[in-house]
Amino acid sequence: MRRYLRRSLWQIGIVVLGIATINFFLLHLAPGDAAEVMAGESGAATAEYMAALRQQFGIDQPLYLQFLRYVGHLLTLDLGYSFREGMPVAELMRQRLPATLLLMGSSTALAVSLGCVLGFMAARRAGKIADTVISTLALLFYATPVFWVGVMLVMVFSVALDWLPIGGMTSIEAGYRGWALAGDVARHLVLPAVTLGLFYLAIYTRLVRASMLEVYHLDFVRTARAKGVRPWRIATRHVLRNALLPVVTTLGVQLSSILGGAVLVETVFSWPGLGRLAFEALFHRDLALLLGILFCSSLVVVFVNLAVDLIYTLLDPRIELS
Amino acid sequence: MAFPDSLILSADGTGSHPRFALLRRLLRRPSALCGLVLMAAILAMAVLAHPLYPDDPLDMVAAPFLHPGTDAAFPLGSDMLGRDLAAGIFHGARISLLIGVVAALVSLVIGIGIGALSGYYGGRIDAGLMRLTELFQTIPPFLFSLAIVAILQPSIATITGAIGITAWPGLARLVRAEVLKLRHSELVEASISLGASDARIILLHILPNVLAPIVVSASILVASAILSESSLAFLGLGDPNVVSWGGMVGAGREVIRTDWYVATIPGIAILAAVLALNLLGDGLNDALNRKGQRR
Amino acid sequence: MSLLDVKNLSISFATPRGRLAAVRDLSFSLKAGETLALVGESGCGKSLTALALLGLLEPPAVMEGNGIFLEGRNLLTLDEPTLRSLRGSRIAMIFQEPMTALNPVLTVGEQIMEVITEHEGGGRRAARARAVALMEKVRIPDAERRFAEYPHRLSGGLRQRVMIAMALACSPAVLIADEPTTALDVTIQAQILDLIGTLKRENGTAVLFITHDLGLVGQHADRVMVMYAGRVVEERTAADLFADPLHPYTRGLIAARPGLGGSGRRERLMEIPGTVPGLGAMPVGCAFSPRCAFADDLCRSTVPTSIDQAGGRIACHHSEGIHDREPAIRRIGNS
Ligand SMILES: Nc1ncnc2c1ncn2[C@@H]1O[C@H](COP(=O)(O)OP(=O)(O)OP(=O)(O)O)[C@@H](O)[C@H]1O
Ligand SMILES: [Mg+2]
Repeated sequence: MRRYLRRSLWQIGIVVLGIATINFFLLHLAPGDAAEVMAGESGAATAEYMAALRQQFGIDQPLYLQFLRYVGHLLTLDLGYSFREGMPVAELMRQRLPATLLLMGSSTALAVSLGCVLGFMAARRAGKIADTVISTLALLFYATPVFWVGVMLVMVFSVALDWLPIGGMTSIEAGYRGWALAGDVARHLVLPAVTLGLFYLAIYTRLVRASMLEVYHLDFVRTARAKGVRPWRIATRHVLRNALLPVVTTLGVQLSSILGGAVLVETVFSWPGLGRLAFEALFHRDLALLLGILFCSSLVVVFVNLAVDLIYTLLDPRIELS
Repeated sequence: MAFPDSLILSADGTGSHPRFALLRRLLRRPSALCGLVLMAAILAMAVLAHPLYPDDPLDMVAAPFLHPGTDAAFPLGSDMLGRDLAAGIFHGARISLLIGVVAALVSLVIGIGIGALSGYYGGRIDAGLMRLTELFQTIPPFLFSLAIVAILQPSIATITGAIGITAWPGLARLVRAEVLKLRHSELVEASISLGASDARIILLHILPNVLAPIVVSASILVASAILSESSLAFLGLGDPNVVSWGGMVGAGREVIRTDWYVATIPGIAILAAVLALNLLGDGLNDALNRKGQRR
Repeated sequence: MSLLDVKNLSISFATPRGRLAAVRDLSFSLKAGETLALVGESGCGKSLTALALLGLLEPPAVMEGNGIFLEGRNLLTLDEPTLRSLRGSRIAMIFQEPMTALNPVLTVGEQIMEVITEHEGGGRRAARARAVALMEKVRIPDAERRFAEYPHRLSGGLRQRVMIAMALACSPAVLIADEPTTALDVTIQAQILDLIGTLKRENGTAVLFITHDLGLVGQHADRVMVMYAGRVVEERTAADLFADPLHPYTRGLIAARPGLGGSGRRERLMEIPGTVPGLGAMPVGCAFSPRCAFADDLCRSTVPTSIDQAGGRIACHHSEGIHDREPAIRRIGNS
């Protein structure tokens, strides 16, 4: 266990360094010096501020010193200052994080739970109509662009039917509190969570189905049949349990793509999270903010993958941390 | 050119020319057939874009908000600026396919290169390259492309590069695993003992045998590159000089309260292209994979 | 009374090019407390037979026949829920590969308990106690602790004991052991076979012992069926078979058998010249004729029927005159 943690820390170090290098490289690719890039094109940066930025970056110093300085800032989680928002990048992100976590958590929960159920149903009826319907729908959702699903859902459920709010996270003007507020947020959450969830629902449905079909061919399933275990129990206790192992692994891998999906969904629904923040940063060319978000998202991915490793060892007795 | 065994698979027993066996196997599956037909339609749109709509699709040619079906000259109608939607869809097919295919090629070159070197040499080279792969897997790919395009300014070249450079890690792992399997095969060991150069062995003996999984991944890579390109364009990071399906959805989004079709139609085009490539990928996977065939 | 009666069982594969027969016209019966060995080279259809008896064949394999009677009930006419209730309780099976035959994410104790709870219901606590008792019965040391162990933590021998405990949990009338020791060391092999023998005598279970190792048959079986390319060619008591094999194939097998002792490792029965014909390339007449030293036109054109002879059954056109041709057989055997 200790060795495992040490190795993980080592990995985190490498990732931080790698992302820092890439970010640094990107900053230097942009036209103008790093300070100009960081200040953004909001046009409002004062001369003093630019001077301060140049000082902070050590623009006049050799490149490797600039790099070391940059890494030093990152390590202390000093991600720079967003001139446009008038706030440190780290603080801005901290404010937007909860909304994103709520959105990603609920859409992942939706995708995993429903995906397991649908994948399970399709695998048990492999080749029958139910399987064909589920698999076709999954493929369709898999191929549909997330942002378009969002726009279509808004068109149907907000504009045409007027059942759900068109965007945002709360009805500010209503001034809800307590449970009423929670209900209001939930109503705002439905469409974004479904939009983001549908794509991953498709992924998990396909994955669970394929994984279960593979497990059905393994020897121990034949043993269970020879023992006279009921088909339902074979499907749940023997097949599904083993088929879920790759799902857990995928959960970690998918996270880095779901963060990208969040940018699109939050933009469509004006959901005040990190994704929307990234879009705003993009819109205002606030690169300090954009790169800060990229850096932190990568860190989140690293940590979630460590957690997934730990969960995996709990689920699969054959794996021990080494 | 010699065709590698993995692509021939004439084990049908029907005994006609082996090169068509794969195609025939594909056509036998209804889903793969759908994929082929859809793909052919999109290719046809891309090819016919210039002959049918020689003018710039970004030009204003009609009255704004012409609904589909109301004017025979503009079957899909026009948007808020009076641009012909049909022309946009046809020209968009060209751009989507161009960026999708080239970005996939970029990913293929990087992914195959890193995977093959890593699997073939092993040891430190493997460890180093795999670290790099892990790093690229950790950085959210879409956010990464977004940052690159934002910094470099959107153009077809930067968009293509940004998508290609973020999409290769999965392929690199796949190729590495396959190369590892072949690395100690008799054929490779024999070539080594005959003094063949590493490059020769990798290019002539190893990669051709890994072609089947690469072909399958390639179609999926093109599909996801098309998705990424349209997503970038939707967020306003498309090349401003060309029309893009994603950009059309983004523009149409502003008017969904009154004119539903402006955002809907280009979205269907994206869906069709991505679906076609995925169906083809699934079909190729089944057709190339003997295990899948027996089931 | 025989516990298991198999009448004219055939198994084939439905392929795009038509039916491929894998097992043909198999008939035998099995009495309480008796061990019948089914011997044959790899691929001759032994495992298919075992799965068919449990009703576990999967497409494209299909079976047909005049009946599989288990304690008087014809399995071919029962519906799937009834069959399921018999599997594991009245007829049970031990598989060849203990490494993969157990579910890796369930403890071995849970997997033994499952047989009891599925067939007899009852509380979990009672089932648990019985599972531990079963583990002791199959001589798993430290059963109480091993109950909560996962399969990958146990040795092959212990895993096979777990399989036996599972198979015997509901005291089945018939036990099918499909090459139960092939994956194990020679010393463990003997222990496992002795254990099966002891448990069989205690419970009066009938055992169908499938193996490709003729060397194990002498000590562990009462009767032997020799199978070649999907057909039983000779069925005799074990003593008779070894004293005086009558089918050329059996004679070849026995002659080719490595002596006991020596390295102690028995080799596969592959010493007869030629190879087993594939399912799609069966000869017209006797399947063994291409490898048989005295096959004649009759053998090459007509499949021999099984006839009662010498206290058993033999399917060979020339088995009655076999002793006259002894030298020829020796030559095959030694080549
Ligand atoms: N799905 C299938 N399609 C076609 N032929 C099959 C299939 N499954 C098994 N066979 C064939 O059926 C024959 C009998 O197989 P079986 O497993 O019963 O052999 P076995 O006697 O148990 O051999 P072993 O000693 O190797 O276990 C083999 O020749 C095998 O190739
Ligand atoms: Mg077998």
